[in-house]
Amino acid sequence: MTARPAARPTPPAVGYWIGFTVVGILLVAAPLVLPPFWQRFATEILVWGLLAMSSDILIGYTGMVSFGHSAFFGLGMYGAAAALLTVTPPSLWLAVLYGLVAAGGAAVFVAYFATRLRDIYFAISTLVFSQIFYVIIFTWTEVTGGENGLTFSQPRLAIPGLWSDRFTPATFHWFVLGMVVVSYLLVRRITQSPFGMVLQSIRENEPRTRAIGYHVERYKIVAVMLSGLFAGLAGVLYAIQNKFAAPDFVFFVVSGEVVIFNVMGGMGTLVGPFAGAAFFLLLREGLSRFFTEYYLIPVGIIFTLMVMFVPQGLLGFLRRRLNP
Amino acid sequence: MEQIIIQTLHGLVNGMVLAMVASGLTLIFGIMDIVNFAHGDLLMLGAFVGASVLGVTGNYWLALVAAAIAVAVLGALLQVTTLRPLIGRDPLTTILATFGISLVLQQYALWQWGPSVRRISEPVPGEFTLFHLQYPWYRIATALLAGLILGGLWLFLKYGKYGIWIRATTQDRVMAQAMGIPVPLVYTAVFAIGSAMAAASGVLFGPFAGVTQTMGFDFTLRAFIVVVVGGMGNLGGSILASIFVSLLEAYAAIVVSPAQAVIVSFVVLVLTMLFRPTGLFVPTPK
Repeated sequence: MTARPAARPTPPAVGYWIGFTVVGILLVAAPLVLPPFWQRFATEILVWGLLAMSSDILIGYTGMVSFGHSAFFGLGMYGAAAALLTVTPPSLWLAVLYGLVAAGGAAVFVAYFATRLRDIYFAISTLVFSQIFYVIIFTWTEVTGGENGLTFSQPRLAIPGLWSDRFTPATFHWFVLGMVVVSYLLVRRITQSPFGMVLQSIRENEPRTRAIGYHVERYKIVAVMLSGLFAGLAGVLYAIQNKFAAPDFVFFVVSGEVVIFNVMGGMGTLVGPFAGAAFFLLLREGLSRFFTEYYLIPVGIIFTLMVMFVPQGLLGFLRRRLNP
Repeated sequence: MEQIIIQTLHGLVNGMVLAMVASGLTLIFGIMDIVNFAHGDLLMLGAFVGASVLGVTGNYWLALVAAAIAVAVLGALLQVTTLRPLIGRDPLTTILATFGISLVLQQYALWQWGPSVRRISEPVPGEFTLFHLQYPWYRIATALLAGLILGGLWLFLKYGKYGIWIRATTQDRVMAQAMGIPVPLVYTAVFAIGSAMAAASGVLFGPFAGVTQTMGFDFTLRAFIVVVVGGMGNLGGSILASIFVSLLEAYAAIVVSPAQAVIVSFVVLVLTMLFRPTGLFVPTPK
């Protein structure tokens, strides 16, 4: 109780970095202490959190709700699959590259059309584009494997020319963690850069941003592309973890979940989406013991209630509670 | 040539059903600025209620009315509990809230009725021969019925006392309130009417392809497309757009597989949003 006023004068950045380090250490230690099931669970939270964070660039910082992130995620998966199936020997870094190129390319394509629209129209058009990708992937059986998707073997963790080893669950977790931390720091830096400030001013007042002289469409296209790249990275990681790419992950349900993660965790916080993903997956895990496959009934109710009463999400809610 | 005529008929019939779905969505959007993501799931629920009532009573018309009433009551409840508190918030919030509702409804249907496909038997028996193909009468009857219901809705909005209330609220809700129209009640009623339209079209569509708990999403998406192409909140526009898009899809299905024909309507939507965002079938705004 007495410590709090004393802690006040310290700049917030120090507290932030302390929290960052603590969470980082916990996540690094996770595979060493957790049983295999929860270890895999932690890795999945990181992957889905990365996907949700990529969408936060749009939802939280630019004020555009994307209902089409499954397309970028899915294309990341198929890009990785393409690299692992066509190039011998399969290379991890090539898979990442292919996935990023596929997702980034799709994002630019979608952005070119969708960013001319605002609000719900943007949301609907991203949804429609993701469904176009879904239909193409689902029906183009010769290339994408259609409904069955593509399966491949896991590439080796390698530093080209120096060292290579088979992935174990623990090294895979650290690999994902490394990717996620780098992405997070990058996105954080981007959102604090002048570019990120322009995005936020678009969110606050688009006509004024335009009036000041910024080329709003160009900023939006770049924002969607960045978002798509990180979503693609999440897709690559997910594909490598599960050794397959399937059309189910291009379907709208994934996009919906991404939005749920953001709303539950707190939009515009970058960390919030991770919290949201963790909360959602834990909720699913806990509730599916009682409700089996119908866990989405209570999850949907909780989600709707959160939209109504806690629109700032878990993180925003906690922040408001801690600093009244 | 024969194929083109058959596909034209197909497109017209599908277009009429789609027009009924879209009319509910556009009515709700026009008056409340709410994009109802759960619209297709209300349709799905209506189809299931209809199938259940049909199973018990064996009367198709009773099933149609019962489904419409049941879902209308549900819609009114949903509006009062979740959407009314959100009035005045960002329209995106209502997308998220109705998206949550859609999740719940879909899983509820799965829990209540199971994953198997339900059939709604055809209300009108018999087929007629169109060139070499047998074309069932009930599809024609369905299109006519959808047309009748839409015509009824239009007459109600144009001449009915409560219809005039609804249109007044669409044009200026503050003024409407000042004239003594109970605007919150109008909102609830419109949501109920929209839900009833969705449920009725679900029962109408039932005999075409069977009823599953995932059919809703497809309809939500198609109804969105039609509503945007026709001009948000414009009833006549969405009816024309439904027929237009369904015809295009039917013709495209001659060349590619029906699953890929959907892309045609996606492309129409994107082109419309880019070049005529106010809608294809409305006069050019000055």
